Amino acid sequence: MTSSQPSSSQGWWHPILHASWPWRVTWLYLTLFLFLPIAALILKAVTLDPAEIWRIATDPVALSTYNVTFVTALAAGVINGFAGLIIAWVLVRYEFPGQRFLDAIIDLPFALPTAVAGLTLSTIYSTNGWLGGFLEPFGIRISFTRLGVLVAMIFISLPFVVRTVQPVLQDLEAEAEEAAWSMGASRWQTFRRVILPPLMPAVLTGVAMGFSRAVGEYGSVVIIAGNIPFQDLIAPVLIIQRLEQFDYAGATVIGTVLLLISLAVLLVINLIQARGRRFYG
Amino acid sequence: MADSSVNQSMAAAGSGTRRTTSGFQWGKWLLVAFVFGYLALVLLIPALNVFAQAIKGGLPGLIETFTSQFFLNAVKLTAIATAITVPLNTVFGLCAALALANKNFPGRSLLISIIDLPFSISPVVAGLMLVLLFGNRGWFGPLLDAGGIKIIFALPGIVMATIFVTMPFIAREVLPALEEAGTQQEEAAATLGASPWQTFWRVTLPSIKWSLLYGLILCNARAMGEFGAVAVVSGNIVGKTQTLPLFIEEAHVQYNTQGAYTAALLLACLAVVTLVLKYLLERNAGIPHRGH
Repeated sequence: MTSSQPSSSQGWWHPILHASWPWRVTWLYLTLFLFLPIAALILKAVTLDPAEIWRIATDPVALSTYNVTFVTALAAGVINGFAGLIIAWVLVRYEFPGQRFLDAIIDLPFALPTAVAGLTLSTIYSTNGWLGGFLEPFGIRISFTRLGVLVAMIFISLPFVVRTVQPVLQDLEAEAEEAAWSMGASRWQTFRRVILPPLMPAVLTGVAMGFSRAVGEYGSVVIIAGNIPFQDLIAPVLIIQRLEQFDYAGATVIGTVLLLISLAVLLVINLIQARGRRFYG
Repeated sequence: MADSSVNQSMAAAGSGTRRTTSGFQWGKWLLVAFVFGYLALVLLIPALNVFAQAIKGGLPGLIETFTSQFFLNAVKLTAIATAITVPLNTVFGLCAALALANKNFPGRSLLISIIDLPFSISPVVAGLMLVLLFGNRGWFGPLLDAGGIKIIFALPGIVMATIFVTMPFIAREVLPALEEAGTQQEEAAATLGASPWQTFWRVTLPSIKWSLLYGLILCNARAMGEFGAVAVVSGNIVGKTQTLPLFIEEAHVQYNTQGAYTAALLLACLAVVTLVLKYLLERNAGIPHRGH
């Protein structure tokens, strides 16, 4: 396709007619299964009256679902940011029995279907479950509350920070650390001043990826939560409820809000990675 | 994981000077204990619970679900949807990787981001998009109605939803492998008179086979377990458009705990097989860890 000589007689269709087979299949597939569905959502959204869009998007129930979805997903992302950093540190820097097993099981949330995750989490964190039973006397209930949403989101976003930090930590030169150490820096100073800065882009990327995944999550949350508006109803569940009521406009507006947030997070991830490359490339 | 030995020796070398100073490393074991505790609460106990609950009812409980018609239909539908989705995504993934590898053109990184896009979009929103396209009030609704074709609340919708959410898996594994393999061998084969097909089968495919397999395993696991996108488009008609994850939810809601956990056991076994294969490929074929 690259060897054909371009000439003035060729029209815009020339590259399409003479593209290689992998190109054609790629574009056909993307058009059918990705561009067309996205176009359907966006074009449906823009046919709605702007005042109507605003009314649906800022409806009290919708606002409460954003609150539950985004704040809880952010909390899960941050908790896994700290935990993931420690897990990555322990897996890379230490040797202990069961290390390989732990390293392999980190990916469980990617391999275990979310329906199974929601089912088992809701059982063990219910008031008469293995773990929920311990918390019951303290008045802490997890299943069928917003804490349940948090637990499910922690589960599904767990691997991201571990897997973004691990390779960076492996490549980190031990020399700078030893220099700081030998010049009398304390353990904590060495960690904060020497080790943490180059890891930060990876940690933030992992947190953003985990947040993004948690925001879109449906399967595990719908099972562990009570799905009650203003309490633990998340935006994806609201979309399904709107569809079940044949409220296509309602579903479309909330779906578009979620899509725009996902794209914004994707942009943030790319910016963090670009900055990380510039400083620590 | 190929470089796990490297990082272990690196860690040992890096810490050799300071570890001799103290006998028992409190810091290390405290952190290790934290990691075990955290992973136990979030991953291990929930995973073990699936097996414990499933076998609680004994063999009769398992057999009762395994022989129920609704359960068997759910297994069949999940198997069919996966059997259509995974090969289609494989063809797409290979084509996209071949089109992008070792080439430089404006918009290349944008195209890679576009291929990765389905991982950023909520599966429920993906399902909604398909309803807006093919539902009876969607773009193609009247056309499909006239032709008597059903996509939403039927197998084609379930397959399209699954394709959407698993689209990037193979391309993102094969692309880096192709870049690493370079183009020299392919060029040599072409010079020696091999046709493009021969070059693909004899030279390109063998060089990327482990990465392809890795992508296939991840794609398969997600396809069998997809819930959100399928829940929107399937209509959840028991015995007809109910996949295994939907069966689990329905059984759970109807207090059929044994049924829910028996289906969960099947999918948990799939997860264990996925993790083991993934681990073996990472260790023995030198494929870097990859999420999703």
